[in-house]
Amino acid sequence: MASETPVTASSLLEALDQGRCSAEELIRDCLDRIGAVDGALNSFITVDAEGALAAARAADADRAAGRAGPLAGLPLAHKDIFCTEGLRTSCASRMLDTFVPPYSATAVQRLATAGAVTVGKTNMDEFAMGSSNETSYYGPCRNPWDGDRVPGGSSGGSAAAVAAGLVPAATGTDTGGSIRQPAALCGITGIKPTYGRVSRLGMIAFASSLDQGGVMARSAEDCALLLGTMAGHDPADSTSAREPVPDYRSGLTMALDGLRIGLPRRWFDASLDSAVGDRLRAALGELEARGARLVDIDLPHNHLSIPAYYLIAPAEASTNLARYDGVRYGHRCKAPLDLEDLYTRSREEGFGAEVQRRILIGTYALSAGYYDAYYKKAQQTRRLIRQDYLDAFTGVDVIAGPTAPGTAFRLGEKIDDPVTMYQEDSYTLGVNLAGLPALSLPVEPLGGLPVGLQLIGQHFDEARLLALAHRYQQDTDWHLQAPPPPGGAA
Amino acid sequence: MSLGAEQLERLAALARLRIDPGEAPALKDALERILGLAEELAAADTTGIDPLANPLDAVQPLRADTVTESNRRDAFQAIAPAVEDGLYLVPRVVE
Repeated sequence: MASETPVTASSLLEALDQGRCSAEELIRDCLDRIGAVDGALNSFITVDAEGALAAARAADADRAAGRAGPLAGLPLAHKDIFCTEGLRTSCASRMLDTFVPPYSATAVQRLATAGAVTVGKTNMDEFAMGSSNETSYYGPCRNPWDGDRVPGGSSGGSAAAVAAGLVPAATGTDTGGSIRQPAALCGITGIKPTYGRVSRLGMIAFASSLDQGGVMARSAEDCALLLGTMAGHDPADSTSAREPVPDYRSGLTMALDGLRIGLPRRWFDASLDSAVGDRLRAALGELEARGARLVDIDLPHNHLSIPAYYLIAPAEASTNLARYDGVRYGHRCKAPLDLEDLYTRSREEGFGAEVQRRILIGTYALSAGYYDAYYKKAQQTRRLIRQDYLDAFTGVDVIAGPTAPGTAFRLGEKIDDPVTMYQEDSYTLGVNLAGLPALSLPVEPLGGLPVGLQLIGQHFDEARLLALAHRYQQDTDWHLQAPPPPGGAA
Repeated sequence: MSLGAEQLERLAALARLRIDPGEAPALKDALERILGLAEELAAADTTGIDPLANPLDAVQPLRADTVTESNRRDAFQAIAPAVEDGLYLVPRVVE
């Protein structure tokens, strides 16, 4: 598996099916590579070598007995926001540094039932609040393309681990861009499904009306494979969608002739790095050459996504994070003087700076006297933002644009100024506010750094996004480019 | 957008967070800048627009009123900071 060209999940499963390798060999190979490079990369918070090897041996036995699931033996990593029974789940927070969940997330459970093997839990921004992976209690993860740069966030560890070839695929979550932006900055393919498509049970809550789990992998084909396993109604999640899940893999070859791709005018203006814009226009030109039609569209309220999101998400976060009180699980301060001191000091010690800021903003937006002017106003604006997308989709099938305003930025460059960091999410937040599916796929890199093209679909139309990305990846190999090996050797 | 020191303290109390006095000025500045973003929302005409809480307009589903979960108290309490005889322990509230 250790080769110049990164290996896809699909090709690994083919090798397992044909008996060219065993699951145990694959897992040992993954563990070796993690051991060799992750000290510098820091893409994993927890590696479960023993559990992974045991699961791999079980997958090999299942294969030998002819009862293997469709993903039997496939190495996977989970973002450390997904609860894994018996395996520490920290959410990259001191608050949950010792938390070992008594149950697994539905998405984790479904992948495990299909035979996937959990190698470990990946680094992320604390409670998924960040766009650079720098708010992690376990230290920043680095971008495999340039160790001085961030991998993006919040699912930065998953993106970096896949980009560096440590695992073929990983789970991620996306509340405001947290799958797509790190996928773009690390040169991989990542899909955030429609809100409600993947169960939120066992996915540690940040902003419940926005959070959605998804897949980060090399190719659209691999995303289709894994999303098909994760998605579907879960009676244990009251917001889980009842919409039937199509076979994404067979949908990859759907006819796309005459597909109308909408380009939001304002997304290609001065706020976008002009060289990034050129790369995206070149990729869109290639899609046009394959029969797509490019149509100018307008999303007149989308520029209000940042203020709307940065009130709604913190409001929901302040509510969700009220559960961390130092009583039932999670961090508890030493020698509390009284109950109030126990709550307050446990939370002050357990939460990092960005999480505390968001709790305070959310508390403000929800408090008496400010609710209407902040929270309600943001929710009304959210409806206008969603309506813009719904209106646009009466004339186009897919919307395309940048995933991020530029390529990966340097560690430390934006972390001291939250408002500058929030601009990183300009093109992704509207999608979450509207509950739409979207994916990011790599196009031609710029100065040795990856560039992501974002494709946005109508509600529950993931299949078309995957098919369009797959079509592009059939004729290009940007998604198969690997970062330079660690240590700088060319 | 400006937050008074008293307002910051009240927010912290509501959120059950303690703010380090040394960090208060920087925090106040950051919060003001973030809340300043919200002023952009004034540009949106939201007259008569209903707030949107769920992007799919979903409503809470109902299920039959039957017990579907087993008692897992021991597993849940095994991860608590302090328990005794099946109870969570906290500092004494009533003397």
